[in-house]
Amino acid sequence: MTVLKVRPPAVTPAARTEAGTNRGERLSALAQQHGALVALVLLAAVASLSFDSFATGDNIENMALSSAFLAIVALGMTFVIITGGIDLSVGSVFVLGGVLAAWGSRHGTLVALLLPLAGCGLIGLVNGVLIARTRMAPFIVTLASMLAARGVMLNITDEGATTYLVDKNSLFIRLGQDELLGIGIPVWITVVLFVAGAVVLRRTRFGQHVYAVGGNEDAAALMGAPVARTKIIVYTLSGLLAGLAGALNAAWLASGVTILGFGMELDAIAAVVIGGTLLTGGLGFISGSLVGVLLLKVIQNIINQVGSLDSAYQQVVSGGFLVLVVIAQTWLGRRQQVI
Amino acid sequence: MSAPAEVLAVRGLTKRFPGVLALDDVTFTVRPGEVHALVGENGAGKSTLIKVLTGVYQPDQGELRYRGEPAVFGTPLRAQQAGISTIYQEVNLVPLMSVARNLYLGREPRTRLGLIDFGRMHREAERVLGDYGVRVDVRQPLRHLGVGAQQMVALARAVSVNARVVIMDEPTSSLEPREVETLFGVIRRLREQDIAVVYVSHRMEELYAVCDTVTVLRDGRHVHTGPLAETDRLTLVSLMLGRPLGEVGRQTTATPAGDHDGEPVLHAEGLTRPHQLRDVSLRIHPGEVLGLGGLLGSGRSETAKAIAGALPVTGGSVTVAGISVRTGSTPAAIRAGISLLPEDRKAEGIVPGLSVRENIALAALPRLSRFGLVHEARVDAVVETFMKRLRIKASSPHQKVGELSGGNQQKVLLARWLAMHPKVLLLDDPTRGIDVGAKAEVQKLIDELAEQGLGVLLISSDVEELISGSDRVVVLKDGAVVAELSGDDVTEDRLMRAIAAPTTAPDDTSPTIPTSPTSAEEAAVHGH
Ligand SMILES: Nc1ncnc2c1ncn2[C@@H]1O[C@H](COP(=O)(O)OP(=O)(O)OP(=O)(O)O)[C@@H](O)[C@H]1O
Ligand SMILES: [Mg+2]
Repeated sequence: MTVLKVRPPAVTPAARTEAGTNRGERLSALAQQHGALVALVLLAAVASLSFDSFATGDNIENMALSSAFLAIVALGMTFVIITGGIDLSVGSVFVLGGVLAAWGSRHGTLVALLLPLAGCGLIGLVNGVLIARTRMAPFIVTLASMLAARGVMLNITDEGATTYLVDKNSLFIRLGQDELLGIGIPVWITVVLFVAGAVVLRRTRFGQHVYAVGGNEDAAALMGAPVARTKIIVYTLSGLLAGLAGALNAAWLASGVTILGFGMELDAIAAVVIGGTLLTGGLGFISGSLVGVLLLKVIQNIINQVGSLDSAYQQVVSGGFLVLVVIAQTWLGRRQQVI
Repeated sequence: MSAPAEVLAVRGLTKRFPGVLALDDVTFTVRPGEVHALVGENGAGKSTLIKVLTGVYQPDQGELRYRGEPAVFGTPLRAQQAGISTIYQEVNLVPLMSVARNLYLGREPRTRLGLIDFGRMHREAERVLGDYGVRVDVRQPLRHLGVGAQQMVALARAVSVNARVVIMDEPTSSLEPREVETLFGVIRRLREQDIAVVYVSHRMEELYAVCDTVTVLRDGRHVHTGPLAETDRLTLVSLMLGRPLGEVGRQTTATPAGDHDGEPVLHAEGLTRPHQLRDVSLRIHPGEVLGLGGLLGSGRSETAKAIAGALPVTGGSVTVAGISVRTGSTPAAIRAGISLLPEDRKAEGIVPGLSVRENIALAALPRLSRFGLVHEARVDAVVETFMKRLRIKASSPHQKVGELSGGNQQKVLLARWLAMHPKVLLLDDPTRGIDVGAKAEVQKLIDELAEQGLGVLLISSDVEELISGSDRVVVLKDGAVVAELSGDDVTEDRLMRAIAAPTTAPDDTSPTIPTSPTSAEEAAVHGH
């Protein structure tokens, strides 16, 4: 090969061809990032025009509270999905967290909080270690721990026959039921967690590693990113957050309910994907997941408002929405490559 | 030679993969301030050696010493922290992350609160990359960059840490000549700073341009180490191939020029695509090898893709043997007999989980089957022929392609397209990463195919290969045809001049990308 003695052009030609593609790319990136937000705003606007009872303080507060628990679960799921993984255990872990909290509340608020965090964090840790060290598929590992968590929960509650109640006068219950400036404590906790989560994901090295692992695991390892450690942390985080959400939910309901929450993993995954996080990993936004959760809850609320509609339709509409989003993502992704 | 103490050394290194002894009792030492060439055929064990040195693989046997002390690197991170910085053969960055985040992953500048300081990171990334002649918006995803620019980012990343040893595994395989010059500048500067460089390449000219010492591996064994200046090219090649000097000889590239009249087998007319192609027309006659020259981003790959239907065009037509082909559709192009060996093979071609046999036969299956049934014996015959002729080194035709060495993966892909017997073959850099022995064989195969009446479009970043392999060369610049060389005009000199000639390209395509005040020219010369 001969080395060309050519004066370099002022701008690399490579850059020149990119210039033309940038606008299209940016538009589709924007659509990916904010599509859900636009949908949420439109839907909420239509709903508040159509139903008098939609935009009322009570209804909004209710929606915010019931969104809070799913949102906390979805926060952990966002981290997991960005690494290219999935956590199917969060629904069961959420229920287990609630039961452990209610059971533990008899021994004081500290136990009521720490017991579910320890138990659920441990499940997440085991998930992470198995996935990172044995290279088993996240799908399989978390499916197994989903069953295990359910088993433990059934054991504690005598096959679901015993429901532990939270003492009405305990400090713990106030975490779920009290308000600050007219807004429920769980909502505040959710907001704080999301802000912290966004900072961790966007502004710390750990966050960069999360993206790198999901974007190209082999390259991340060669670049010196601690791949195994990153995975272990995200699954532990997901378990911890699901447990915390379960505990707060128990405080709110004043009991460790054993039936609510199963299947929640699917809602969480749906919310994360609707929020613009790529199911294949490497790309995603914390704020998007919050929007995704709210969107699901608004759809649910509207269907309840219609009244004549069976609540089963909520699932159909949410499912349809999810399919639309995934199609749009694939389409946008392809557009980004072709352009 | 009273050389300074070695900075990195391995002795008696052995590494085994199921069915292959990749490294067999290898000894390799690197001294500070030396540029050490590591050469050998595809599959000789170069990348494996590098991966063992840097903690990606653990050796089965052997001792590693770093800065005089015995060392064990459990992970690539450990090796990096110790001061060994590596550009691995496969592009080793994360395409979805921004350019700047790729450059700084793991060592991002942080504010006092411990949070990443993106403002500073972006400014520094722009400055550092500018030094390498890469002027792009560092906030955009890395995948928006061309392969060459991505490689420069990997280089910048490897060099900008405080390293004592910098290892480069085929860093130039996707670089343009101008970028290669920049790379050489960087290597020379590293040498001045007493940093050791290990350099792997199949391009002899490059080795002689920058390397001091050479180590030759053959079939996983160490066969030679010595000053490069004392080893001439032929000797080096014969050491690599393990054949005596006489047999190596100079490759003859007999391309019977002949006259290629009559109807062209491929006729592309007025291919246009905003910002990339401007009215590109070319015709290839049966039996002709048409070279496509030009710099990176001149539209070579885009032209090939447009012809093969892989890139939609806003104007223009493609005809194969007089029959017009719908543009923008790969299936239509394949049906018409056009096949394309793409530039980005990782992303667009190889199926790492499938066997060598399946990868080769994949595209040719329709040809090798009857009534929907695959003719196994014929597949075996085709696969065996190509494995032998291209010297594909695999433990068996059933080995997974993902386990082959980089160069051997390339050969498998090449074999796939050659096995298809198309009417028009578009080859985008067919010999990238392929060793000297096989390179000659590939060129011979291309000539043979042309003789059978095939039309070939050849793109190559290797100017010599382009000149010697083509009957005619069309030169592109800024997406438009600027010259055509044929007959006696097909020389390096004429090609250079055609590329370097100033064009009257309208500057309506000027990019929105910010450029820093220092001129690119200056940066390319001075590096850092
Ligand atoms: N992960 C693996 N599993 C099995 N075999 C492997 C693996 N990696 C490498 N090999 C084998 O080890 C041998 C050496 O491969 P290596 O990649 O080191 O060659 P190389 O000298 O870098 O070649 P090239 O010039 O083509 O890059 C090859 O025969 C290859 O098939
Ligand atoms: Mg290699």
